[in-house]
Amino acid sequence: MIKKIIKNSYLTLMVLFLYVPMFTLIILSFNKSRSRATWGGFSLNWYKEMLNDKAIMNALWNTILIALISSVIAVVIGTLASLAISKMKRRRKSFYLGITNIPMLNADIVTGISLLLSFIAFGISLGFKTILLAHITFNLPYVILSILPKLAKDEQSLQDAALDLGASEVEAFFKVTLPDIMPGVLSGFLLAFTMSLDDFIITYFTKGAGINTLSTLIYSQTKRGVKPSIYALSTIIFLLVFIILVLLNFFQNKKKEKVLK
Amino acid sequence: MNKKTKNIIILPYTIWMICFIIVPLLFMIYFGFTNKLNQFTIENILSIFNQDNLKSLILSLELSLISTIICLIISYPLALILKNMNVGKSSFLVFLFILPMWMNSLLRIVAWLTLLEKKGIINSFLLLLGLPRLDIINTPIAIVLGMVYDFLPFMILPIYNSLTKIDDNTINAAYDLGANFFNVLIKIIIPLSMPGIISGITMVFIPSLTTVAIPNILGGGQILLIGNVIEQEFIQSSNWHRGAGLSIVLVIFILIITSFVDRHSEKDDKILM
Amino acid sequence: MENLLISLENISKSFDGDLVLDELKLDIKENSFVTLLGPSGCGKTTTLRIIGGFITADKGRVIFDGNDITTLSPNKRQLNTVFQKYALFPHMNVFENIAFGLRIKKKNEQYIRDKISYALKLVNLDGFEKRDVTSLSGGQQQRIAIARAIVNEPRLLLLDEPLGALDLKLRQEMQYELIRLKKELGITFIYVTHDQEEALTMSDTIVVMNQGYIQQMGSPEQIYNEPENAFVATFIGDSNIVPGKMIEDYCVEIFGSKFKCIDKGFGKNKPVDVVIRPEDVDIIDINSEKTLLKGVMTGAIFKGEMYEMECKTYDGFEWLIHSTDYVEKGKEVGIFVEPENIQIMNKPSSEDERALEIDV
Repeated sequence: MIKKIIKNSYLTLMVLFLYVPMFTLIILSFNKSRSRATWGGFSLNWYKEMLNDKAIMNALWNTILIALISSVIAVVIGTLASLAISKMKRRRKSFYLGITNIPMLNADIVTGISLLLSFIAFGISLGFKTILLAHITFNLPYVILSILPKLAKDEQSLQDAALDLGASEVEAFFKVTLPDIMPGVLSGFLLAFTMSLDDFIITYFTKGAGINTLSTLIYSQTKRGVKPSIYALSTIIFLLVFIILVLLNFFQNKKKEKVLK
Repeated sequence: MNKKTKNIIILPYTIWMICFIIVPLLFMIYFGFTNKLNQFTIENILSIFNQDNLKSLILSLELSLISTIICLIISYPLALILKNMNVGKSSFLVFLFILPMWMNSLLRIVAWLTLLEKKGIINSFLLLLGLPRLDIINTPIAIVLGMVYDFLPFMILPIYNSLTKIDDNTINAAYDLGANFFNVLIKIIIPLSMPGIISGITMVFIPSLTTVAIPNILGGGQILLIGNVIEQEFIQSSNWHRGAGLSIVLVIFILIITSFVDRHSEKDDKILM
Repeated sequence: MENLLISLENISKSFDGDLVLDELKLDIKENSFVTLLGPSGCGKTTTLRIIGGFITADKGRVIFDGNDITTLSPNKRQLNTVFQKYALFPHMNVFENIAFGLRIKKKNEQYIRDKISYALKLVNLDGFEKRDVTSLSGGQQQRIAIARAIVNEPRLLLLDEPLGALDLKLRQEMQYELIRLKKELGITFIYVTHDQEEALTMSDTIVVMNQGYIQQMGSPEQIYNEPENAFVATFIGDSNIVPGKMIEDYCVEIFGSKFKCIDKGFGKNKPVDVVIRPEDVDIIDINSEKTLLKGVMTGAIFKGEMYEMECKTYDGFEWLIHSTDYVEKGKEVGIFVEPENIQIMNKPSSEDERALEIDV
């Protein structure tokens, strides 16, 4: 009994530790008063201000656009690569898995710097497209590592069965393989999307002047004092990520249920 | 699938990874070992021994080590409680502890800034209660707090995963053979969850070691960690050669840590979900 | 004459509102080999885990050698368990696995070494001390699990479907091993299985369980030859269960024919169920004067040691018959059963018991 109380209070304490800071931001986003210490009543002013703030809206637009485009491209390249990797012999396979693991094991700052150096060396001017290239690069491993486990042994026999029944390779891919690995593709997409939304340091090094994503905008704001409209923004991001994660969980559970049946 | 198709569909990925992973790393090495006149030098690497740089590296190692230990101490009992509740990986409770991992990390640090600032929320409350001010913003303590907060879920998840892999009967067998809880913990549970512990340690230690944003925001830009030193070389001094050289030093540290880890951990724990 | 080692007194247990054990009573004598037998979900494993101390009963008491151990934690009980999938410690070698319990008891190193070498000899794995447990075959892991339990000199060994993961051949081999071990150790075994053949081969007492109740408890011979109800009859081996009427003592009417039997005391003209094992149904010439029922053969399958055949009697009942003599399909035959091979059971009196029957 006492054990249970200790356990539950520990869990509660940890939940509070993790969530109180974030919920503080959410509450502050509805605070009429500019001061953080006093509650000036409920207001949506900061949301209005956020919507009218060109810098924030541009950053939001850039962030979503980059996350969307980079994860779509990563999913296309990554799905094709996963199909090939899953059918490789051991040595070639471990070579590709090794390369895939580099950006995951390496520190983000190193990935960012090395990309910056090569962009400059090749004379590619920094901006939207370099951010996009960088994001596709670090998204690819997440996509591949989500799809590969779904392409385990029985996948080959499924595909063989489709070919045996007269489907062409392309038909077999779209009618059998792709639907079968769809949960992996979707969770890879959502993972890549969230990683892209969340990234700061790689974007920071590859963005150049005059363009911001949300992370870099918030970073530059912290130096000048955070505006309450950023709180409104964080509430929206919180909701966005929450929805993505619920979806992600949903897809993964759905896959599990399918296996159980 | 025949060989030709296989080679065609892997091609975009191969090209991509060569252009954006391999070549950039080679460039970093090239920049790191040359000076502005493109002459070979090891000066950039050796600049880690400059008093200020060395101080930053040592402070980075210290703070990330402390954060990692705190995360481990907090996470292990938590993961153990979650495992014993037997709620399953897809339960809401487990989800609740993993969720913050995916929130924008900059915002999470900003949240702590709002709480810790001189006129921040915690201090306003303390003032209201007539208590002395909590003055930890712009100190290493605030940085450690930020690291722990930002990276805690990366410790909880792999430990929880490795604990759920332990068969209940393995634990029951130890009790059956006369062991008490302490024995079971030391002799069975901790050794069997070692892959998760080590995975968690790297997933907290490396980002802590290389963070730029946390010391800048919670340290007020006065406390420089190694990540900030590298950032300054690039952004302020525009001394890319030295920045690259210091990055190489950082990579060497990471390689040492991960090579130690690779021997002990299971690969699949590195995939986050 | 023999001591009572363990008694379960009115044990009840439910999980999430499902009653798994209902007022279970069971007495087990010292030095016996008791098997808890039943289909999955019958409560046999729950019973074992309550004895082992891994779960606590909602109601009732567990008495071990005269002491109430109902709430005693598993590490303080004088018994050991061999788990379903062995539950060896994967990070320890064979020696450390077996030494685990002895080290907890702080035995000296010499004692531990002697004990382990004795135990390994006993399970025929002499010299395996340094092996990695994950490199062992299923059968070897099983033996290590047994060795790990018995070095602690338990008075009672609980075995939870220990052979379930092994292939048929190895399983039969291990059955004899277990019987030998039991004899050499002279301790009490409680064995859980859903395999009736395993139960019949090894135990001196079988407890047949279903839906949280004990259906019948007795020697293998009793359980097989004199099943007390339809559940036991169908669960243990194949059987023909036919409706009958007890005309008087030693005489039962089946489908209008009078069969001699050896049962008495059911009263006159009482409806009963009659159990006849397939190997006890004799096929004779249709015109023989011994013929009790007439029918036509409807099928035969060669099973190796015998033929499994079906015969439809004119009343419409399909009899299952095991015999070494083949009778071709379509032949008209007569059926005869020796009186001692007829087992009379009371008709199920409650809906509950009827439900058990359907469940099989």
